[in-house]
Amino acid sequence: MSIDIETARRVAKLARIRVEEADLPKLAGQLNDIVTFMEQLNEVDVTGIEPMTSVTPMRLKRRADVVTDGNIQSQILKNAPDAREGFFAVPKVVE
Amino acid sequence: MNANTWTIAAARDALRKGEISAVDLTMSCLTAIDAADTLGAFVHKTPDIALDQARAADARLKAGAAPDLCGIPLGIKDLFCTKGVPSQAASNILRGFRPEYESTVTTRLFDAGAVMLGKLNMDEFAMGSSNETSCYGNAVNPWKVDDRKLTPGGSSGGSAAAVAADLCLGATGTDTGGSIRQPAAFTGIVGIKPTYGRVSRWGVVAFASSLDQAGPMTKSVRDAAIFLAAMSGHDPKDSTSADLAVPDFEAALTGDIRGKKIGIPKEYRMDGMPAEIETLWHNGAEMLRDAGAEIVDISLPHTKYALPAYYVIAPAEASSNLARYDGVRYGHRATLSAGDGITEMYEKTRAEGFGPEVQRRIMVGTYVLSAGFYDAYYNRARKVRALIKRDFELAFANGVDAILTPATPSSAFGLGEMASADPVEMYLNDVFTVTVNLAGLPGVSVPVGLDAKGLPMGLQLIGRPWEEGDLLNHAYVLERAAGFVAKPGKWW
Repeated sequence: MSIDIETARRVAKLARIRVEEADLPKLAGQLNDIVTFMEQLNEVDVTGIEPMTSVTPMRLKRRADVVTDGNIQSQILKNAPDAREGFFAVPKVVE
Repeated sequence: MNANTWTIAAARDALRKGEISAVDLTMSCLTAIDAADTLGAFVHKTPDIALDQARAADARLKAGAAPDLCGIPLGIKDLFCTKGVPSQAASNILRGFRPEYESTVTTRLFDAGAVMLGKLNMDEFAMGSSNETSCYGNAVNPWKVDDRKLTPGGSSGGSAAAVAADLCLGATGTDTGGSIRQPAAFTGIVGIKPTYGRVSRWGVVAFASSLDQAGPMTKSVRDAAIFLAAMSGHDPKDSTSADLAVPDFEAALTGDIRGKKIGIPKEYRMDGMPAEIETLWHNGAEMLRDAGAEIVDISLPHTKYALPAYYVIAPAEASSNLARYDGVRYGHRATLSAGDGITEMYEKTRAEGFGPEVQRRIMVGTYVLSAGFYDAYYNRARKVRALIKRDFELAFANGVDAILTPATPSSAFGLGEMASADPVEMYLNDVFTVTVNLAGLPGVSVPVGLDAKGLPMGLQLIGRPWEEGDLLNHAYVLERAAGFVAKPGKWW
């Protein structure tokens, strides 16, 4: 599988990272090198092997489904690039 | 008095005997830090916090029964969220971010009376092996053999440089593929990545959640044992943190490894490996044999596939974790043009905020998780990961107590020397360390000797899960036998 310029453009779009048109060929080349490196994995016989899901076999802990904090609006908004009237502000979302 | 050059263990004893105050100890580090700006190790200095903490530590020491780390000045990697103090993972996308909360690790350290000197340089989002992807600029290795400036390794490059240059008594690091052990080896210090789940990840900026673990970087194995104990333990805020008691790691340092079985994995003998590394490895095995251990050849047949599996899994997890940097809740937001909508805001913000290596890994991760490739890459990599873990389980089931390998494929290289290399060449730095993260095992890098150029070289010991104490005891034997006492000559 090789990554062409069209694929690089699509991946950048999916990742929500703007890549200038002139930079796409270099990016495609680098992604291609990395993906080629990954393709060594095709040499491994993985028949009957389950994908690893956790490092140590442990059950995730459960806790009661209750509110554990709150009333910290100012802390939550403290680092926002644009916060107004108690909300995060963003450009218009709906056309 | 040069108290900044002391080990944690020595300072602990001196503080209790009243030979020095925590304030004076802290001052000696702050003075050393201010004289070492060329190393680029400390990127946010916090002298006011340090002195407040040192004064509180002195009061506590006076009252008696203070924890081991009380009054010990430490550096904190920029990846840890520290309340009110810049914590930006060496990324422009978190410029100006001051967390409203404290990571579990730093909370534990401060509760134990430790002193924070400041935040330490690193590769952006811990993605790199040379500290060259940092938004702050390079961290520089205090070791120098000609006119070149050398890398301290990465991603915990600032931590390694700070400890090796005696700017602090110890530092926190994090390790996703080797980011504690490789820089420790490049700078002649000790670094341990504990078993996955030993140390809480809460409040540590996430890179690859199934691989990330924090650990200490120190001047001695004993210091690593003391420091690790203070960082470890169950945390309800991290669902992957293990609900296990933390043993007394320092008490495990008996120096007795008679009858222990040390595995030498043949797959770690790489083509083109420098003869010096091979000799070092051989000598290390002889030291353990002389201490009464049995040396056995073992096979970890899937070793070759660890790096490619890692470079599927880590970027996949990173692409998910880093989706949160959207210019809405914290950090950088791009200046928008008239008519720009929310998609343009995301795309411009992320293009401006993330450096090239981080962008590449996010895009690789996006690609391997995208429809049609998920099974071919991501699921296959997770299956190979299961096989890599099984290799280790079989070795341990056959009675092996610890595995000895080189820590890195070379000694420290020059900053900028890899600039024209393709990204995969830089990834090869992690070849001996990455298997340990994939399998979730503890691994420690111990300085063992100098190469012909006069640069430090380290060996790695890999232990059974949750047996950090036993692992550190092996490291302690190796440390004593190697007698590595060299220090970088001060040029900065």
